[in-house]
Amino acid sequence: MSLKADHETGEDPLLIQQNLANIAEYILNKAKQQGCSSADVNLSFNEGFNVNVRMGGVDVVEHNRDKGANINVYFGKRKGTANTSDTRTESLDSAVQAACDIAKLIAEDDYVGLADKDRMAMQFPDLDLYHPWDIEPDAAIKLALDCEQKARDYDAKITNSEGASISTANFHHVYANTHGFIGKSSLTRHSLSCCVIAQDAEDMQRDYDFTVSRKAENLLAFDEVANSAAKRSLQRLNAKSMSTCQVPVIFKADIAKSLFSKFLAAVSGGNLYRKTTFLVDHLGKTIFPKHITISEHPHILQGLGSTAFDGEGIATLPEQVFVRDGLLESYILSSYSSRKLGLSSTANAGGVHNVRITHSDLSLTELVKQMHRGLLVTETMGHGVNILTGDYSLGACGFWVENGEIQYPVHEITVASNLRDMFQGMVAIANDVDYRSNVCSGSVLIDRMTVAGK
Amino acid sequence: MNDHLSLAQQTLLEPAGLSQNDLTKILESILGHQVDAADLYFQAIWHEGWGIEDGIVKNGSYTIDRGVGVRAMCGEKTGFAYSDDIILPALEDAAKSARSIAYHGGAGKLQAWQRPKKDLLYPSVNPLPSLTATDKIALLQKVDRLARQKDSRVKQVMANLSGLYEVMMVMATDGSLAADLRPLVRLDVSVIVEQNGQRESAYSGCGARLDYSMFDDECIEQTVNEAVRQALVALDAKPAPAGVMPVVLGPGWPGILLHEAIGHGLEGDFNRKGSSAFSGRIGERIAAPGCTIVDDATVVNRRGSLQVDDEGTPAQRTVLIEDGILRSYMQDKFNAGLMGEKSTGNGRRESYAHLPMPRMTNTYMLAGQYTPEEIIQSVEKGLYAPNFGGGQVDITSGKFVFSTSEAYMIENGKVTYPVKGAMLIGCGSDVLTKVSMVGNDLALDSGVGICGKEGQSVPVGVGQPTLKIDELTVGGTNA
Repeated sequence: MSLKADHETGEDPLLIQQNLANIAEYILNKAKQQGCSSADVNLSFNEGFNVNVRMGGVDVVEHNRDKGANINVYFGKRKGTANTSDTRTESLDSAVQAACDIAKLIAEDDYVGLADKDRMAMQFPDLDLYHPWDIEPDAAIKLALDCEQKARDYDAKITNSEGASISTANFHHVYANTHGFIGKSSLTRHSLSCCVIAQDAEDMQRDYDFTVSRKAENLLAFDEVANSAAKRSLQRLNAKSMSTCQVPVIFKADIAKSLFSKFLAAVSGGNLYRKTTFLVDHLGKTIFPKHITISEHPHILQGLGSTAFDGEGIATLPEQVFVRDGLLESYILSSYSSRKLGLSSTANAGGVHNVRITHSDLSLTELVKQMHRGLLVTETMGHGVNILTGDYSLGACGFWVENGEIQYPVHEITVASNLRDMFQGMVAIANDVDYRSNVCSGSVLIDRMTVAGK
Repeated sequence: MNDHLSLAQQTLLEPAGLSQNDLTKILESILGHQVDAADLYFQAIWHEGWGIEDGIVKNGSYTIDRGVGVRAMCGEKTGFAYSDDIILPALEDAAKSARSIAYHGGAGKLQAWQRPKKDLLYPSVNPLPSLTATDKIALLQKVDRLARQKDSRVKQVMANLSGLYEVMMVMATDGSLAADLRPLVRLDVSVIVEQNGQRESAYSGCGARLDYSMFDDECIEQTVNEAVRQALVALDAKPAPAGVMPVVLGPGWPGILLHEAIGHGLEGDFNRKGSSAFSGRIGERIAAPGCTIVDDATVVNRRGSLQVDDEGTPAQRTVLIEDGILRSYMQDKFNAGLMGEKSTGNGRRESYAHLPMPRMTNTYMLAGQYTPEEIIQSVEKGLYAPNFGGGQVDITSGKFVFSTSEAYMIENGKVTYPVKGAMLIGCGSDVLTKVSMVGNDLALDSGVGICGKEGQSVPVGVGQPTLKIDELTVGGTNA
């Protein structure tokens, strides 16, 4: 067997995967020779570039090329881990040795080990995730320049820019373990973002917009991104503070997903077995109103979170429901956390896959109308969410709504409540779902929060 | 420091059979294009982490990473490529990619090598072998035992011990040739306490550019006690107030106010681009008299300290705000050059795979004249906040936030009862004009700060004396 240097494998994803698989096999064999009872390994190789242009010129051209090996060895109930970016055989040997040295010293943990063999993925549906973008940096620069120009031309108040960026990357990954499982995947991710600064005599504000896709052809029109970035920055100008009050609050779609991400974290195995979540022992209990169902869909074609197997090789299902009609139906578990809790893995080692939240037929405008008077939050700042207690307090900016219409931008305020109350107080979700991430939601109306201002 | 250079060359270049001559040729090949400047950054990192949970040390990991980053600059343009193989062909490839931002046919000249001479700010040791693996495990077991002994309400203890050793070397066309050997260790302790079904958590940690011997009995005990104390305080916390009020910030870690509210806004890249709320304001008053703030990479053994920055500029202490007047931005070479200024030694990067940019090191406010007691006594109704989680800033609008992890109401000049965590929000361009009292108790944080910017994390330090801010918005639920 020979391990090729990464620049010798060319661009054929199958060859790259095979090379990673060979390295994985080498590592697993080496680990077995060291006397371990089981082992697993993640190998990755990523390649791409990103360009940023600013004020009509090139700002940065950055070429990326990363590889890495993550090795776990098990001596019975003892586990050791090592990571290396260097895949020369002597470096792999010493990484395996380091992992084994750790495993021999560490305490026994009854719950540690590979996932159950009979749950390893046997089928690998083609999820249509690999679409390299045939573009050179020079051409990407031209596209980015056009985009930025469009945003700067949108209004005379757009006086400055952080620029427009295009990035494209190809990711190759192999996970293998001593059950004989080997899973290979290649995927691509391309994005464009644009960030401009709006300024008038009183104020300076910046905002941005972006588009992301597995396939370059499916990115939003760049003009649309440019116009939206400009519009968002302009709308923020001359924001006021507001008086402290308790009012209904709408979280716009692109930040509403963070509320659901907090929920997902609060029902994830790590927080559950450590009892570091306010949702301990809530299986079967009502968390959300009846209109909310939360599920994951790991096999969506070209999905940003799609995968045929989880981080331990367990086959993912086409659909898995976490919350049905407001009721918590399933936790989010890896093998380790499921064993700690006396349950089975939900194939979520490494996280969730394409989470979707049910929504109404209301548009955002209609949702604003329904709220009548309150706050539309378009950005939150800071990390003031405590998963253990559910206490929530974040910096915010957005728009004040009166008579069902947006009145003026507001800033330098905070929004506070407790996640338990916020989840149960979700009155409606609009149909403006933001599909640009792994957790996708429409805008969410919450019945009441404390807004602190002047 | 010349020892550093030969040690770094032994570590980074010799295994690949690379000589200084090879690197000179690479830099010359980049200068063959119309670039203004270029640099090569070699780095090797050894990292380990050990974790205890449920009373057993069950996690251990070891990481080794090495590589080289190649940067070429031409006007406002930067080309960058890197490789995690330190071998000549990979280096040549990276150089080719980086220089492609400029046309062929330049005539730049490599400057003569200049090696900065500096005093040692921290030991040049690899901290990883400074304790045996068995002793590292025993250390964590001791943390667990101490925390549980401290109070029977402690139900869970999670602690991590980690060590990092970094060897870096940078060669630049302006003649910079520098190396640094950087140790960094930290101990993190989280506890969960429970009383009548109510659960609360708290965190405490400490670290420095030292080896593991810094974690002596006293240090471990102090860190554990602090985590347990804060968690128990949280059990009695009432809802935090909502609205604008005077806020007294405690000494040390609350210095993240300075880091977020003004630090980032004074970084050279934002000011070159005119995107910071502080752009073009050198010489203006941006803080109350009595406020003097420095960024200081030269504090001995500190987490944010550097002997040379990642562009080879020697570490220095920069006065950012002097008695309330804005004096200086923090610069790397690239942004300083474009602004006609000099680097202030703030060029930092997360690793060889990231571009350097202006970053803070240890940022703190110097002491004033008031005792902490005097400051508290001056407040009729307000918030006293001695501990914080993280913060964030929008450098363009200047709005910043940071969230309390331990706070109390002040009523009639006395600290009365604890309140739950709450976000504080303010505007960086005016918050320091509202500082009415500066304490005489300057302290730096315990050495666990991580600063994130454009996806890059670097270790930093913060500090300040007790401070009174006359008006700040407190984001509690109690309206």
